[in-house]
Amino acid sequence: MSKAITLKEAVKKPDLLASGHRLCAGCAEPIIARLVLKASRGAIIATTATGCLEVATTIFPYSAWRIPWIHTAFENAAATASGIEAAWRAMRRKGRGPLAKYETLDVVAFAGDGGTYDIGLQALSGALERGHDFTYVLLDNEAYMNTGIQRSGGTPYCAWTTTSPAGTVIPGKREWKKPIDEIVIAHEIPYTATVSPAYPLDLMQKARAAFETEGPAFIHAISPCCRGWRFPPNKTIEVARLAVETCFFPLYECRVEDGRPIYKLSPPSLAIAKRPERKKPVEEYLKIQGRFRHLFRPERRGDLIERIQRWVDRRWEMLLEKAGL
Amino acid sequence: MRRQKLLGLNGDEAAAYAIKQVNPDVVAAYPITPQTIIVERFSEYVADGLVDTEFVAVESEHSAMSCCIGAAAAGARAFTATAANGLALMWEMLYIAASLRLPIVMAVANRAMSAPINIHNDHSDSMGARDSGWIQIYCENSQEVYDTCIEAWRIGEHLDVQLPVMVCLDGFTLSHTMENVLTLSDEAVRDFIGERPYIKVEGHLGEAEFRLDPEKPLTMGPLDLYDFYFEHKMHQVEAMKRALKAIPEIDEEYAEISGREYRLLHPYMMEDAEVALIGLGSTMGTVRYVVDRMRKRGLKVGMVRMRVFRPFPTEELQKLLKDVEVVGVLDKAMSFGAPGGPLYEELRTIFYDVDENPIIVDYIYGLGGRDTPPHLIEEAYEELLEVKRRGEAVEKLRFLGVRM
Repeated sequence: MSKAITLKEAVKKPDLLASGHRLCAGCAEPIIARLVLKASRGAIIATTATGCLEVATTIFPYSAWRIPWIHTAFENAAATASGIEAAWRAMRRKGRGPLAKYETLDVVAFAGDGGTYDIGLQALSGALERGHDFTYVLLDNEAYMNTGIQRSGGTPYCAWTTTSPAGTVIPGKREWKKPIDEIVIAHEIPYTATVSPAYPLDLMQKARAAFETEGPAFIHAISPCCRGWRFPPNKTIEVARLAVETCFFPLYECRVEDGRPIYKLSPPSLAIAKRPERKKPVEEYLKIQGRFRHLFRPERRGDLIERIQRWVDRRWEMLLEKAGL
Repeated sequence: MRRQKLLGLNGDEAAAYAIKQVNPDVVAAYPITPQTIIVERFSEYVADGLVDTEFVAVESEHSAMSCCIGAAAAGARAFTATAANGLALMWEMLYIAASLRLPIVMAVANRAMSAPINIHNDHSDSMGARDSGWIQIYCENSQEVYDTCIEAWRIGEHLDVQLPVMVCLDGFTLSHTMENVLTLSDEAVRDFIGERPYIKVEGHLGEAEFRLDPEKPLTMGPLDLYDFYFEHKMHQVEAMKRALKAIPEIDEEYAEISGREYRLLHPYMMEDAEVALIGLGSTMGTVRYVVDRMRKRGLKVGMVRMRVFRPFPTEELQKLLKDVEVVGVLDKAMSFGAPGGPLYEELRTIFYDVDENPIIVDYIYGLGGRDTPPHLIEEAYEELLEVKRRGEAVEKLRFLGVRM
């Protein structure tokens, strides 16, 4: 096992993503990105898919990145990271070239749900299958927020977006959230984890584990978006916590050892597994977000809320089974 | 001149062999006919430990170019190869590679674009990419493919240039046809290409070499709107101009070790030519043969093979063709709805402001690999001579070798 990062170490380390960027007040993405970067071990290169994080942290000639950083396109964060990693590997082998001196290099790719569930899935799958030594961080704000809140494969059932509007006939998105973690784990990569910015130490520890992993590591971060989810900007962490407390977004790690996926619930979710009465109803999570308002007004849609609750329960039970609980 | 070894190689193998000698850091590629032999041969070099390259067998051409971009941005030498639909799938990334000023080298085994699906040669793939900001060099034979796959690194990496280079070879006609190729020793190639140089730039955290370096961080590919984007495009305009100077210089240096000099244009029998054909790629070998045949009949015909299409050698062409009365353009690609093929349009453009300008006629030929035998070329020359006699061209856009 790798050396876990401590709060003390994290506090001492300067932020590698500087303040002054133009992400919205209340956006979870810079919180997650900063925490991930806190866990880096030394030499690091980052790439970011097109999206809020890319657009709002750079505008020529300004940049919020204190690390070498590249953006190329939307659907190819994993492929761009593959190239960076391959360059480092070749230079190490030759003992020549500017990256040859780095014994370890943390290559990290940040991408949103659109760049991961949808347009970037092929590049991600290819990079995972090839086994590049890199960390992929999915910043899941559950819609195409940068273009103005359009639905993606990561958008949850019934959520309002501008392309899945809650109308008089159709109550928001009609499809369920794509099970991206299962898809990633099916690639038998060594390390997959889910994180929430409401649990910063857990997040940093998993990011450190991801960096320490030889081969591909995947971090799936729930990234509440106050503009798209319709909640006040001071509620971001509260929403991120409720996602975990309701088991809408459980926290766990999955390591593939000897070809078998070994699931391990993380402390906040493990506590619920041990004392199921702590599991909050999903309604608490839904009702503080305007994107689900049509489930409560003009009248309460108990049928739909119940359907979402059943989805949460079923997936939570499946996770407990996988974790042997 | 350095000692050389004669090998029997087809165009794809010639490219692979040159790249083996270059020993780049990263090769990322995806199979597509008629390019596949390049990556197959290269994979064998990797499997046999003959190169230090990290070979990334990507899941698509889009990822191939993305991977090359990541690698080149990290300071590596990166190579890929593709054709037709594969090049089309890369489209987005072609512009990004060029605009990020990454000296990637790519072999394109030219093939017709679908639909209907067709694996044979024309130039519709790379011609469609002519505005992407890549240097484009069209080869006539396998020897030139080999030589250009070595020269391309020096051209792209030239500190005044810093652009990606497309080495175009006609699918099957070159890619799959065995020819004698004189090859340099590995040492001679290594000496010639040296190490990849980097330009210095002023980053937001201070001066740095233009690459992703954990010790001197740079931000590459930031958002860039109306206040700077245009200036960055002007840098690309300037880089292309400087490439026009750099290419002959590098070529001269290469000629010193190889005895082979390519230059931007290859004129043949142009001193007293009254009519001439101009074109790209392997067909120009056939044209040269026809020129010889017609010269024996006392006809004053000549030809120009264009080697470098991007940057476009405007002044050189103006000089070369100014005294020719009729020029026929061989375009192996059509821009549907346009007045003519890509080479034709550019040639007409550069002669618009010239007082003494030739009559220019376009011949679209060889689409989808349609054979272009000597008699077709001869027909074109006869037509050009007829245009010269009449002093005007009735039809400016002709189609050669197609059933009407």
